[in-house]
Amino acid sequence: MAYLELNNIYKIYGEGDGATEVLSDINLSIEEGEFVAIVGFTGSGKTTLVNLINGLLKPTSGEILFKGEPIIDTSHERGVIFQNYSLLPWLTVGQNIYMAVKEAFPNESKRVLQQRVKDYVAMVSLSPAINKRPKELSGGMRQRVAVARALAMNPEMIIMDEPLGALDALTRGNLQDEILNIWSKDKRTALLITNDVDEGIYMADRIIPLKPGPNATLGPEFKIDIERPRDKTALNDNPNYKKTRNAIIEYLMDIGEARKSVSQTEYILPEISPKSFVA
Amino acid sequence: MEQDITLKKEGQGLAFLKPMLVKLTSKFQQGDLISWLKKSGITILSIALFLGLWHLGSKALYNKEANYKIEKALTEQGQEAADAERACIASGDSSCQPNTLPAPSQVWASLQSLIADHKVITADKAAFAQKMEATNEKLIAQGKDAIVYTGRASFIDIVLTSIKTVFAGFLLALLIAVPIGIIIGLSPSLRSAFNWFIQIFKPVSPVVWYLLVFMIVKTLYIGDSSDNAFVISFISVGLCAMWATLVNTAMGVSSVDKDYINVAKVLKLGTFQKVFKVILPSSLPLIFTGLRITLSVAWMVLIAIELLAQSQGLGLFVWEEFQNGANDSNSKIIVAMFVIGIIGFLLDRLMLMVQNMVSFNKNEGV
Repeated sequence: MAYLELNNIYKIYGEGDGATEVLSDINLSIEEGEFVAIVGFTGSGKTTLVNLINGLLKPTSGEILFKGEPIIDTSHERGVIFQNYSLLPWLTVGQNIYMAVKEAFPNESKRVLQQRVKDYVAMVSLSPAINKRPKELSGGMRQRVAVARALAMNPEMIIMDEPLGALDALTRGNLQDEILNIWSKDKRTALLITNDVDEGIYMADRIIPLKPGPNATLGPEFKIDIERPRDKTALNDNPNYKKTRNAIIEYLMDIGEARKSVSQTEYILPEISPKSFVA
Repeated sequence: MEQDITLKKEGQGLAFLKPMLVKLTSKFQQGDLISWLKKSGITILSIALFLGLWHLGSKALYNKEANYKIEKALTEQGQEAADAERACIASGDSSCQPNTLPAPSQVWASLQSLIADHKVITADKAAFAQKMEATNEKLIAQGKDAIVYTGRASFIDIVLTSIKTVFAGFLLALLIAVPIGIIIGLSPSLRSAFNWFIQIFKPVSPVVWYLLVFMIVKTLYIGDSSDNAFVISFISVGLCAMWATLVNTAMGVSSVDKDYINVAKVLKLGTFQKVFKVILPSSLPLIFTGLRITLSVAWMVLIAIELLAQSQGLGLFVWEEFQNGANDSNSKIIVAMFVIGIIGFLLDRLMLMVQNMVSFNKNEGV
């Protein structure tokens, strides 16, 4: 049995005539220790899918099994890194992480917990900023805090919802490496939601495109057969990389085209021209 | 952890003064006096213009009333009486001065006389205390109440009484409105249960609140000869002013950013932790906005309520001076007006400072 299983998931928002089916017939299974990326257009229901898996939302129908048990609520076993960092602005970096750690390990002493906070802040190399508030940090630093907060709770699985979407290319690349480093250390299961195909190929073992919503569903999966650790600069010359990348982009372009042509109504414009005031 | 947070908050709150200080000092260092002079020059100019217009206006009113008085003496008692009246007014004798809007100089003189009066009364009090010291010791030894000074209050005492009343009322409003606001903000069903109550009582006028409080407190104090004017006025002030805080607190608590709620859920915080670590801190800015409105409303209704409750504050002072109709009564009223305005302004600044200390930008954590 797979580590995480989604069987025939449907998610419908609203009721009656106003109902929109955001996700339909989602089937996914992730093995333990695997790094899976889901790629999709913005607005295709990626965040809804993530919230179903982390337990913030419940599917309208279908079942989600985590280690064979249905997911009914959020759990410390699944750490979440949110798209918009979601740090509490009134707490410092250390306090933000401490709050999470205290919940995850209620029986540990304060000293042990504080040491844990320090370790994880050091891991994302933010030790000098431990007493700073989120507003004093750059976007990349905030996201590193969010990563540290999720990992400090020692989750078995990390769920990342477009974690690097709002960052510039350089910071993005650095953080990708940092996340991969942490992941490869103890091979936790990871699920990455992204809109960047290159990011997916660089980081994941498998890429699954999400067809755009409404009625979003998962497309065919693409295996990434590139050895780890992957080298970003060498990646461009890797024939395997090129092949996979082209295949995924072609697929996404095709479904993008298909979506456009669905609503192709021709509008006839009335024949009018500006009145001439000269004559 | 909790304490840690508040301590840091204070540090941060004072830190906002730093750029202001730097700005001020660097301004002079750069020798950029001109722009500073320009700015303050405009303020000084507008004050001077205001005083000038006020002076001219009061002079016009003074002349109108003086002419009327002379005219009246002429038609009723003849030329001789009119001349006498004119001479009397010109001599500045207080018995025949027109009683109208006082000029700025008169108001200034009244302020000084009020301060001088305060010094006299303070000296009186000290002398009285010294004189009664031995007697009072005996009385206390016998288990009786000491004799206290019951002379009239000075203007400064009156101002202090008003400030005391406002803060007592503000505190009462805070103690009632914030906890209730939090509770009804957390529970939608309680919110709808309380809604009619808030909607109906919010627009009730301060005078009616005073009457209601009077009815209740009067009965509670029955048989007690002590002065309950202060109690009545601060309770009325509190009840009038608490609504802004109540509504704002409920709104702040019920509209916490969904991201923060999601964080609380993912971290699996308990209810207590969720309320005190996530919901309350995130609604603090709105709560303090409410408190700021409450304090300014409290100061505004205070004058009317003190007048009704006969509490020894600015409200009663203004009313008594108006009833008094003495020569300098009008200028004393204007002094009180400025004092009320300036204190109200300072209270608002104080709250704004506290508000800036606790507030954060919605996007800071995002």
